[in-house]
Amino acid sequence: MRKVELKGITKSYDGKQDVLKAIDVTVEPGEFFVLVGPSGCGKSTMLRMIAGLESITSGELALDGKRANALTPSERDLSMVFQNYALYPHLSVEQNITFGLHVKKVSKREQKERCKEVCGMLGLTDYMKRKPRELSGGQRQRVALARAVVTQAPLCLMDEPLSNLDAKLRAKMRSEIRQLQRKLGLTMIYVTHDQTEAMTMADRMMILSDGDVQQIGRPLDVYNNPANTFVASFIGSPPMNLIDAEMKDSVLVADGHWMTPVTAAMKQKIGSGRVTLGVRPEHISLAKDSEPGFLVQVANVEVLGTETLVTFDFGEATQWIAKWPGQSSVQPGEQIRICVDDRHLALFSAEKGERIVCEAAPVKKVSL
Amino acid sequence: MTLTVSGLVMVFPILYAFLISFMQGGEVLQGSLWPETFSLANYVSAFERVPLLTYLWNSLLVSVLIMAGQLILCSLAAFAFVFTEFKGREWIFYLFISTMMIPWEATMVPNFQTVQSLGWLNSYAGLTIPFFAMAFGTFLLRQQFKTIPKELYEASQIAGISKLRFFTGVVLPVAKTTITTLAIYSFLTAWNMYLWPLLVTNNEANRTVQIGLKQMQTQEIASDWGVVMAGVVMVILPTLILLFAGQKRLQEGLTQGALK
Repeated sequence: MRKVELKGITKSYDGKQDVLKAIDVTVEPGEFFVLVGPSGCGKSTMLRMIAGLESITSGELALDGKRANALTPSERDLSMVFQNYALYPHLSVEQNITFGLHVKKVSKREQKERCKEVCGMLGLTDYMKRKPRELSGGQRQRVALARAVVTQAPLCLMDEPLSNLDAKLRAKMRSEIRQLQRKLGLTMIYVTHDQTEAMTMADRMMILSDGDVQQIGRPLDVYNNPANTFVASFIGSPPMNLIDAEMKDSVLVADGHWMTPVTAAMKQKIGSGRVTLGVRPEHISLAKDSEPGFLVQVANVEVLGTETLVTFDFGEATQWIAKWPGQSSVQPGEQIRICVDDRHLALFSAEKGERIVCEAAPVKKVSL
Repeated sequence: MTLTVSGLVMVFPILYAFLISFMQGGEVLQGSLWPETFSLANYVSAFERVPLLTYLWNSLLVSVLIMAGQLILCSLAAFAFVFTEFKGREWIFYLFISTMMIPWEATMVPNFQTVQSLGWLNSYAGLTIPFFAMAFGTFLLRQQFKTIPKELYEASQIAGISKLRFFTGVVLPVAKTTITTLAIYSFLTAWNMYLWPLLVTNNEANRTVQIGLKQMQTQEIASDWGVVMAGVVMVILPTLILLFAGQKRLQEGLTQGALK
């Protein structure tokens, strides 16, 4: 277990443009912390700075309360799993796992024992004599994990470890990594661009975009209360539907014809002018006869078995997606009447995209 | 069919040299293709006329020393160019390989003067040390080392493995085929050296085998081609052995990565 503190961490390669801008975050001991963001947002750079593979331009990195800016990677006592696994191609699985343990003054006998134990834990016992090229992608991934685990370092860093696996295996490894982390009580910092991984694995996550922290929080808090339009459209699959709307009298008008009333408190916060309105796909439903709704044309239907995704034209240039449980019989081209659950509307300022009002139902706090 | 014919054409000179080495003096001049009897007399006289064994031993020693020196220096230099970061790395590298454009003959005289003033004439040091630094080998190995994912280096940094241990434990084994190829190349180049040994040696104790061959050819007014060819066969033998032994490795090196 290890506490990692970043205080005003900044990275710049050319001295002019900051790749990471003053990151402040504390990763608690034993926490599974996920860094998520689109490609090129700086998440890998941040991880590599924690690992000591990149220098820190300014700010302070503390491990267990001690300044660690100038420590070499090995002095930081951590393990790392790379996206391409970084297995030594000429060494067997066993040698790969134990390679480097001698530096930590682990005796040959203990190396063997630890290797055996870790291989047992990860189902690699039958492959210990094989070379990496004789293993499947999933097995290689496990060897990389084993190599991280065998060092018994209290902090483990992972840089998109699952992105080279197929979807099915990825789901399996997600759960395996999470269980392993809980079992060993590791502090884990995990980088991914996949919001599903972030949502399903994280205790807390940080959403990065262009080197800026967008939001830090528990997955459900982030999902229910996105701090801005970027987070709203990045987290959740399909993403939150967004549209520009205008305040007119006491109603919000989107695209000239769809209206929703707002409470006085909301109105006061919004003030007058333009906002961005957001609705999660699951909060759009088919309108019952008695309910007020509006007509839209269905553009596409994806039936997934347990749920149905309906894409429909909303306004002139936007398409929205609705998610309904079960198997819907709606056909493309059909006109349907939908209604939006206005308790779950999210409003963002039109200029900066920041969240204005938080009207979502209070979320039950999930304990770690 | 075409392959067989061109193969025969290619191999004919070597084969013919091999056959001549068994012929009596007159047969060669008569232009016969097949010796009347396979006698080893030419080989015996080849060893009698010049100290061929000493020459062979010298050549072997010099070639092995040059090969070892080149491999060590080239791989270390290439490692530095790929895995350590320092100011002006690219610039120094290009400066380094630009020396490939200077013909060796142009540096021969200054090299000779250096070796002479160091007192290395007629010594193994004079024969080998000037060849230890090889721009081509450094270039070749650098390109090979560059294909090693940098994550391997980073992973060993995190594990706390020293640079030297990473070099010997990971880089060298991973680049094994290229290093073997380079080893064969530099051994053969050194084995076939003629001009430099001729310059820096003038006694029989230190001369190499290529000079011995020339001696054999020019010792008498009319060359005894049978004897010369016997010497040639003795000299190309190590080359051929090395090529056959290294063939598998060379092929591996050429097809590496083609098959998964």
